[in-house]
Amino acid sequence: MLEVEGLSKHFGGFTAVDNVDFSLEKGEILGLIGPNGSGKSTIFNMLSGVLKPNNGSIRLLGQEIAGAPPPRICLMGVGRTFQIPRPIRRLTILENAALAGYYGQAGAVSREDAWKSAKDALRLVGLPSDEAASVDTLGAAGLKKLELAKALATKPTLLLADESLGGLDHDEMDQAADMLRNIREELGVTIIWVEHIMGVLMRVVDRVMVLDHGEKIADGGPNEVATNPKVIEVYLGSDAEETASAANRS
Amino acid sequence: MNSKLLVAIVAAVLVALPFLGIGPYPLHLVIVILIWSFAYTGWSVMGRFGLVSLGHGAFMAVGGYVTALLWNEVGLTPWIGIPVAMACAAGLAVLIGYPCFRFRIIGHYFALVTLALSEVVRQIIIATRDTTGGSLGYTPERFGDGWSIVAFQSDDRMMFYYVALFFWMVGLVIWRLVDRSMSRYALEAIWEDEDAAAAVGVQVTKEKLKVTVLSAVMTAFAGAMYCQYQMFISPDTIGGVGISLQIVFAVVVGGIYSMLGPTIGAVITILLAEVLRIWIGTEAICLTDKICFNAAGVPLLVYGIMLILFIIFLPKGVVGAVIDKWQGRGKRAEQS
Repeated sequence: MLEVEGLSKHFGGFTAVDNVDFSLEKGEILGLIGPNGSGKSTIFNMLSGVLKPNNGSIRLLGQEIAGAPPPRICLMGVGRTFQIPRPIRRLTILENAALAGYYGQAGAVSREDAWKSAKDALRLVGLPSDEAASVDTLGAAGLKKLELAKALATKPTLLLADESLGGLDHDEMDQAADMLRNIREELGVTIIWVEHIMGVLMRVVDRVMVLDHGEKIADGGPNEVATNPKVIEVYLGSDAEETASAANRS
Repeated sequence: MNSKLLVAIVAAVLVALPFLGIGPYPLHLVIVILIWSFAYTGWSVMGRFGLVSLGHGAFMAVGGYVTALLWNEVGLTPWIGIPVAMACAAGLAVLIGYPCFRFRIIGHYFALVTLALSEVVRQIIIATRDTTGGSLGYTPERFGDGWSIVAFQSDDRMMFYYVALFFWMVGLVIWRLVDRSMSRYALEAIWEDEDAAAAVGVQVTKEKLKVTVLSAVMTAFAGAMYCQYQMFISPDTIGGVGISLQIVFAVVVGGIYSMLGPTIGAVITILLAEVLRIWIGTEAICLTDKICFNAAGVPLLVYGIMLILFIIFLPKGVVGAVIDKWQGRGKRAEQS
């Protein structure tokens, strides 16, 4: 359902993403990983329209979306979350999701439709959908869920989840990972999940794509990628060291 | 008290007002207040979403001058002239709004651009003084005595009172419609975080342009109404930086975020200006032989001090503060 070909992005002389190809089947969950500065966020931002690629094409269900502005990409069926949650604090939780439901769905949407898809989305992520619930009552985990609910209320065919689990504790992480799986089961939505936290990601995704210095260095099932020597060298190696040192400290 | 009953009583009093033995001068003040209230409501339609325009004097001047010029020069009835003037204001709003919104000129920078707009329009009026009369002002030609529907003119204050009252209510209805629309949520979201709004499908530039055009058109209409009522306009009475700031000031005093805020702001500022004018007069006041100042400037001084005090102590304006107090009392009553 998604085909990305020859995707490149330069910032001045720096090549952030270099000629990356990949594709996704409907209903797949793809984990996108790589060390800091490897181009994950740049790819993410090109998929969601924040950045225009210098080269390459992004086709969603046969439709070219590369270079379109974010609202149009949202209407074409791509929902996204922000790494650092960006709720609208002037609006209630329900209004936040309803705004997405109203403006983010393609075609003529009535107010009732918007509120209904907002309530459905909030239920799916486990947030209160009563009229008065304020955004200020939400903690870190709640705000992440609201990001997901906003994206889901737009009824996306492709969900881009940006480091959804940063800042959560272990139980919350497990719950959130299960939630992504659950969302896929219930809505049949295709998901690209950009994540730092490897353990949980590996458990949930169908496929993993690894980036390093803007290039794709591996693409395959979680086990296959985890044993790929290149990947271990650039990413898992340093991560394993960090994990080990963290374990020693505690 | 039942709020519906209150609205009904206020409406009845307003409709019956000319028959309640009100003198011509107080009636004149009420008409002026209604016309300015409409303009202020027009400003607050966008101002309440953080789109602070310091250029609405420009739209008001366009409304007044285009209508009057078309009447005098072309003989076009204000029934056509006013819509044309509103269309011009809409065009001007797009001309200034589109580049601002497209290139994300927001907050203080947007205010500065609009401030320049009001001065540009004032300068254009002054520069074309052969046609517009420049800073001496401009008068639509009288149709004759009595009233004329074609000329949208009337000697009769009472008739104009009802016209002004009707449009004032239309202004409130527009405010309410915007408040209840989905655009309100979109604009609140845009105000807080444009990227987050865009990410859920909100077309930021389009939403901002819509509300800006609405606001400009309303303000232009107020300018045309003012012109038809006063039968005299000048760059300083309906345009320029002075009027633009007066609009902002009155709305801040009354309350930016409430429907009746702009109206209460108009009541307070216009009555205050009248009281100060009558009380202090416009003669020169001399403290010593050498230090004299023109008393006509005193209202401006009082305005300035009030604006500072309001922004510090009553940022939501008089109406906002009353509503907060009211709701606070309601909440306490619920809790106990």
